[in-house]
Amino acid sequence: MRINNYVAPDNLAEAYLVLNEHNSNTVLGGCTYLRLTSKNIDTAIDLSRLGLRYIEETADAVEIGALATYRDIEVSGILQSLFSGVLPQSVMVIVGVQFRNLATVGATVYSRYGFSDLNTALLALNPEVVLYHAGRIPMALFLEQGASKDILEKVIIPKADLRASFKYLRNSSGDYAILNVAVARSRDEWKIVVGARPFRAMIAAEASKCLSGSRLQKEDIERAAKTTADELEFGTNMRSSREYRQAVCEVLVQRAIQEVIS
Amino acid sequence: MNIVSKSMAKIDGMDLATGKPAYVDDLCPKEALCVKILRSPHAFAKIVTIDIEDASKVAGVACVLTHADVPGIRHTIALESYPESSPYDRLILENLVRCVGDPVAIVAAEDERTAAMALQLIKVEYEALEPVLDFEQAEGNLQIIHPESDIVTNFNIGLDARRNVASSRLEEIGDIERVLNECEVVVEHTYYTQAQAHSMLETHRAFTFLDRGRLVIVTSTQSPFHVQRLVAQSLGLPANRLRVIKPRIGGGFGGKNKALVEVFPALVTLKTGKPAKIIYSRQECFNSTTSRHAMRGRVVLGADRSGDVRAIDLQVLTDTGAYGEDSADVLVVASHNVLPIYGGPKSVRYRGTAVYTNKMPGGAFRGFGAPQSVFALESAMNELAAELKMDPTQLRLKNTIKLGQAHPFLGGSQEGKPAVVNSSTLDQCIERGKALICWDQKYPRREVEGNRVRGVGMAIAMHGTGIARVDTAAATIQLNYDGGYKLLVGASDLGTGADTILAQMAAEVLATSLENIIVYSADTDLTPYDSGAYASSTTYVTGNAVVKAARLLREEIVRGCAAIHGKSVDDLELDGQFLRTVDGAWEIPLPELAKQLVSATGKQQPAATATFGGDGSPPPYVAGFAEVEVDLETGKLDLLNFVDVIDCGTVINPNLARIQAEGGIAQGIGQTLFEDMRFDDRGEMLTDSFMKYKIPCRKDVGQILVEFLPSLEPTGPFGAKSIGEVVVHTTAPAIADALFNATGVRIRRLPITPEKVFKGLQQKWG
Amino acid sequence: MRITLWINDRQQELEVTCDEFLAETLRNNGYLSVRQGCSTTSCGLCTVWMDDKPVLSCSVLSVMANGKRITTIEGVQDEARAVAGFLVGEGAEQCGFCIPGLVMTVLAMKKDLRQPTAEQIVHYLNGNLCRCSGYMGQLRGIKKYLGVE
Ligand SMILES: Cc1cc2nc3c(=O)[nH]c(=O)nc-3n(C[C@H](O)[C@H](O)[C@H](O)COP(=O)(O)OP(=O)(O)OC[C@H]3O[C@@H](n4cnc5c(N)ncnc54)[C@H](O)[C@@H]3O)c2cc1C
Repeated sequence: MRINNYVAPDNLAEAYLVLNEHNSNTVLGGCTYLRLTSKNIDTAIDLSRLGLRYIEETADAVEIGALATYRDIEVSGILQSLFSGVLPQSVMVIVGVQFRNLATVGATVYSRYGFSDLNTALLALNPEVVLYHAGRIPMALFLEQGASKDILEKVIIPKADLRASFKYLRNSSGDYAILNVAVARSRDEWKIVVGARPFRAMIAAEASKCLSGSRLQKEDIERAAKTTADELEFGTNMRSSREYRQAVCEVLVQRAIQEVIS
Repeated sequence: MNIVSKSMAKIDGMDLATGKPAYVDDLCPKEALCVKILRSPHAFAKIVTIDIEDASKVAGVACVLTHADVPGIRHTIALESYPESSPYDRLILENLVRCVGDPVAIVAAEDERTAAMALQLIKVEYEALEPVLDFEQAEGNLQIIHPESDIVTNFNIGLDARRNVASSRLEEIGDIERVLNECEVVVEHTYYTQAQAHSMLETHRAFTFLDRGRLVIVTSTQSPFHVQRLVAQSLGLPANRLRVIKPRIGGGFGGKNKALVEVFPALVTLKTGKPAKIIYSRQECFNSTTSRHAMRGRVVLGADRSGDVRAIDLQVLTDTGAYGEDSADVLVVASHNVLPIYGGPKSVRYRGTAVYTNKMPGGAFRGFGAPQSVFALESAMNELAAELKMDPTQLRLKNTIKLGQAHPFLGGSQEGKPAVVNSSTLDQCIERGKALICWDQKYPRREVEGNRVRGVGMAIAMHGTGIARVDTAAATIQLNYDGGYKLLVGASDLGTGADTILAQMAAEVLATSLENIIVYSADTDLTPYDSGAYASSTTYVTGNAVVKAARLLREEIVRGCAAIHGKSVDDLELDGQFLRTVDGAWEIPLPELAKQLVSATGKQQPAATATFGGDGSPPPYVAGFAEVEVDLETGKLDLLNFVDVIDCGTVINPNLARIQAEGGIAQGIGQTLFEDMRFDDRGEMLTDSFMKYKIPCRKDVGQILVEFLPSLEPTGPFGAKSIGEVVVHTTAPAIADALFNATGVRIRRLPITPEKVFKGLQQKWG
Repeated sequence: MRITLWINDRQQELEVTCDEFLAETLRNNGYLSVRQGCSTTSCGLCTVWMDDKPVLSCSVLSVMANGKRITTIEGVQDEARAVAGFLVGEGAEQCGFCIPGLVMTVLAMKKDLRQPTAEQIVHYLNGNLCRCSGYMGQLRGIKKYLGVE
């Protein structure tokens, strides 16, 4: 990675302007991923003067600023007590504490990494993302569409009477997940999300629906898990084959549902 | 004993643990040129042209060197004693590249950025050749990896380059076919062990400078004297024009028992007269050095129904990659440090072949062929136990070689004179390990809640201790004017604590304290010869030299005292602090005597040098036990407990020995469960970072429990044998068998990933 | 670019390039305890504190550290010696190359966690790789240092 210029604007408008001045201009998060790339960046944009590092509870939502780190999530009292603690659970296993003190929420969501644990957990909570230019959009839609040359400001998670569970399978504890699953239930509405397929986290719509209407018997849970594995697409990479991911998906989804109803 | 067998802290421990500068890069002069290597993107190709004009013109570039600019002397970079068994099949730079990462050009510049930029400006035209990547297809392949006619071998290692065979070996006791035919039970299976990356946390590095016309190399190496000899040879210089210094190093594990990097800055310094340094990136450390040889091992075991093993037939094929470094010795170790653990068989046959492929070379890695071969043999033993419906510990106890028994494959054996086991507590190690893991309660399996099941498994192993009649070490000890001592050894402390335990031995003999001994090591100008830190040798080989030298020095001090003070040598005793007459009537404090001896009064500074080389290679033994928990729905295996009970002879420093064992086991766990060096179909390594190649983290190793049951090795210093390598051997077969006992799934190809277990479970249970 | 860092409580004006990482900057300025074991933010060797929090200095752009307090092991020698003593007491420092990063993480953990369990210790330190020791001896030493069972 090479950088020619560095700026730390004090308002988002300016940051956005600079970002769009040159094709290679780039927003900086914790740089944990950027530094792996061989990008030639003309101007690097540091957002740290924009006050985007926060996790705040409002009357009906939790807002997580783009510069909140994985570690902020991990130790946040708010996030430990809300949403069955799935957000802290999803990040606390990633690399090490010195890494989690750097990696940011904004970068993770904006980059829509397929392997991401956080995005899987987040998606189950029905959040919206706020982009400077594109505005407020549901995260599910954002993960599908992405954005170009925009800046993610924050993620807004509606507070809901909700129980959730996050599951993953990794071989070494320091490795990326072979697969991750988040399941959430708010009243009778279920959401089943699977990530690291190795593709981007996605809601298993049909399975979620069929579970929502069911009586949550053993067969219903098994059917939901099977439907999830059938309706989503899986792929092969160096960590695992498509077939194995599909099989593990069924297992983890069942376990996550069990945990939510137990 | 006051000092030996005590857990002394490492003499450099506090400095290292508080971050003091001590490593190669910490010592390098700031103005050193930065050296970088242009590497082949092709697995196999001829270099048609190299254009360095643009690169050379970059401001700040000091030189760009290609194969046209460097000596073309075939050599090896394997740090082995002369005459090396490794074929001389390398040039520093060659117009034929044999693997991705093979060096093509050397660039030196004022700083790293400039060097990196210049690298990109070198234009190379390659004529790509079809590579040989599958080691099972290499032998006799039409594509010949070493077509050159000038490969040199120092003796017959079974090299047949025309057939891509780097080395081959056949050994047979008895008539294997006949004995196998007579056996009531025969099991036959094939096992695969993957290439493994050393992953020492300090990558390979060295810097060079000129000192009064001589080339000084400061390098992170395991064997400075071999570096001196081999680098001199490849440069066509006399060895005495070079001085090689090893400072503190950040791990080696065999990976730094190669002269991989030194020659590059050396050439630059010789060419420019300026200091130069090279530091491998982590990526280079992964894809442009060496690895554990990948191996296929086919085992046939023949036995009686009662469990007496009558015949062992082991055939191994190893992937030595683009060059033959260590390929011959690895074939020896895969036999000699493995097979003689069983004393009963009437017939033993070993066939080994090492083949060239177009991949990164194999090389020395802790265990040196033995872990691969142990995985095959011990897994087969466990399969035999299952076949016989016998407890695997009983099968072992029935067949282990016993004290006093001879085996013609044991290190030090000669034609018609098989070496004898002079020290062993192997059987007790098995019994003790059983107790520690609670084998009788846990074997073979226990269900735990939900979809989880636990199982235990075990394996035993041996190794050697130094290479008999090959490796040697010398030690010099001097009495200083202040009554303290100076210990000089060529041995390389890799962080293992060699300097400390050698000083412990000297202090014990000299009846002094550890603080009273100044240790200086691993500098070819200032320390005596040592073959190096490999083959589990330092404690035994260098240790014996130290003990010998210390004893000689005691005599020397007594002689000096007798001469000055008109006493008889037989009437004087040294107790560490004083020299006294036997009746105690006269004494002199050692510091006072020391001053007299070095001064005009004595004119005789006491010093002694002794050299040791073993006629044997006494085997250490270990019994390893694993307890695993398996998720039956996902196939994920968690290692809960690993127990090793070890006979390494007298334990010179229990803490340091324990860490050797725990560290070795962790590396074994890595090889068994996580580490998997992979290449794509063009021969490019896919796993070239810690992000993709997973060494175990803290959470991955479960509980490791190590205990010692020392025998007393009569030829060892204070009765010691080795520990460094034997401790990696048992993890894979023990874990694999624990998995089998838990689930009925047998994995014969490492690593044991959740996916493989899952597939096994599906095949087994549907 | 010119930046100001408070390194080990000493204010330092430094000239850095925009794409220089803190690990390099620190090494270039004589903080030789800062080492890199990977280039993929995976190993923990380069751990230092930025405003008292452990971070991977290989991943922090020096320009982004402008105005911040940086602590390396050179700046906390007394505390480091206390931890180191227990590691060395087990022989678990071994080659030593990864230890400064480990010690900085252990010291941070001591401030973050009260009376941690073995499991919490192992979790907190999971980002600090070591290839020599097998981790057990380090855990023994750290437990003794923290006075926990
Ligand atoms: C060794 C290693 C192991 C890992 N293991 C895991 C794992 O197990 N699970 C997992 O989920 N992840 C894992 N990760 C990935 C980790 O999630 C990413 O590194 C992290 O998400 C990147 O965060 P960052 O703040 O450092 O991003 P940066 O590297 O700073 O930025 C990444 C990208 O996001 C852009 N960006 C940053 N902030 C914004 C913003 N506010 N708006 C718009 N664009 C922005 C940047 O321009 C850049 O393109 C691992 C990474 C590494 C290196």
